[in-house]
Amino acid sequence: MEETLTAAQRVALARQAQRPGICAFIDGLFTGFFEMKGDRLAGEDGAILGGVALYHGQPVTVIGTRKGRTVEENLHCRFGMPGPEGYRKALRLMKQAEKFGRPVITFIDTPGAYPGIAAEERGQGEAIACCLMEMSTLTVPVVSVVTGEGNSGGALALGVANRVLMLENAVYAILSPEGFASILWKDASRHEEACELMKLTAPDLMQLGVIDAIIQEPEGGAQRDAAAQIAMIDRALSAELHALRGMSGRELAAQRMEKFRRMGAPRPEADA
Amino acid sequence: MTHVFEKRRNRLRAMKELSESYLPPEQVITCPSCGQEVAREEVERALSVCPACGHHFPISGPARLRLVMDGAKYRELYRHVQAGNPLDFPGYDDKLRAAQEKTGLDEAVIVATGEIGGRRCVACVLDSRFMMGSMSAAVGEKLTLGIEYTVRRALPLIIFSASGGARMQEGILSLMQMAKTSAALAKLSQKGLLYISVLTDPTMGGVTASFASLGDVILAEPGALIGFAGPRVIEQTIGQSLPEGFQRAEFLMEHGFIDAIVPRSGLRDALAKLLMLHEGGTAWRKH
Ligand SMILES: [Zn+2]
Repeated sequence: MEETLTAAQRVALARQAQRPGICAFIDGLFTGFFEMKGDRLAGEDGAILGGVALYHGQPVTVIGTRKGRTVEENLHCRFGMPGPEGYRKALRLMKQAEKFGRPVITFIDTPGAYPGIAAEERGQGEAIACCLMEMSTLTVPVVSVVTGEGNSGGALALGVANRVLMLENAVYAILSPEGFASILWKDASRHEEACELMKLTAPDLMQLGVIDAIIQEPEGGAQRDAAAQIAMIDRALSAELHALRGMSGRELAAQRMEKFRRMGAPRPEADA
Repeated sequence: MTHVFEKRRNRLRAMKELSESYLPPEQVITCPSCGQEVAREEVERALSVCPACGHHFPISGPARLRLVMDGAKYRELYRHVQAGNPLDFPGYDDKLRAAQEKTGLDEAVIVATGEIGGRRCVACVLDSRFMMGSMSAAVGEKLTLGIEYTVRRALPLIIFSASGGARMQEGILSLMQMAKTSAALAKLSQKGLLYISVLTDPTMGGVTASFASLGDVILAEPGALIGFAGPRVIEQTIGQSLPEGFQRAEFLMEHGFIDAIVPRSGLRDALAKLLMLHEGGTAWRKH
């Protein structure tokens, strides 16, 4: 059935409120999670959740965007739209992971970075830019999973990984289809048309070389069976981490940089 | 004697190029900032700056390079890298061709090498006449090639930003250029090389959230609009209008994100001074 879904239908699925989020993944995949708050500069941002946990007995740093499960939580997390404090916290935790030699696992599900006055005052752009630059140099394994919608630099800021995985019905794009339509055609109502043109589905992104693997979803979508979904993520994650185990820190950084270096570069062998 | 003459001629030619495509064609221009009517010629002579209020009109990429480079001379690199249509986006090929015809450029960025104050450097300039200076895969590729060239030759790098942000028609591949350019700058930084980022009007979106914010030194032109989210998007999200001066260069400096605001007339000297000050600091370098 999934084969026949349109891009717009996948966008709707990716935004499903019942779809499992960062909290479900932490509960289902890790043990002993210890949350670490704050950017040590200005504040704490609920839209990003991070800390240390055990993954199959191995300490890892887990970071993800959080949308919240109740209206109260939604508001507290600004529906998963981080501000600069969130990105600076994420970067702090990544550097901490590097210090202690732990792999970094990130979960991405965000409408984008928060567009607000305070966010701009505190350097939203600078915070994201630093994540991109520093993340590219990390000498520990980094695996990212796009689990819902991954929009804009606000998603990419957690996605400069050795391996980028994506759930079957997740979407990953330059911005929301509504924003895309409103910028390009001054008409947000043409968002379904935008979905088809944007190449934002997992199969499209696989073909473009933007992601490395697709994780299957249970019949009907992740929200139908969170436990089954978590088991599927677990299989993919442990395989990826296992594959990265043999690489030195220097090789990990080099592989990551080289991967992103190739993106959008003119390919002499012509597009397949 | 001939040297002085040549310098003056180059300067005059530079001034002509400065105004080529940005200023309205009329002999008298109404300044968008102060509303005063000013003679076009006078604005041109002031490097496309309003003589009444100091409003900085945008200038083209070639004009920017002529303005800062010694003798207005530079050599262009990687000109051959051109945008494709990676998503087969309808109408994009025509848009690209129109932009190329309008500007005489192949893409929205020029990569060049030349000397400023007698010191060789690599300069990349985004040109907002070309599809709002937006970041295509080709723009990201040219910037990255420019950064890599800088690293190989151990030169200082200057990037002049002027961009509305992402190139919508290239979708996710435009987004990925943020990671690509930032990773390239990480390598430059690891080599202990200098990167000066100059923010001009406008510097927005993915450009702000990548290379433009990663300079060792960040300069801006007066009044330049600089930010991540567009003002309209913010207004729609928060449901209120934005304060006066929001996201302008002065606002960013006040909040700690810019080292200095440099008027166009002082830009070349400021860059020359920074290049001079960063020379010879190798003795205590880590790498
Ligand atoms: Zn004026």
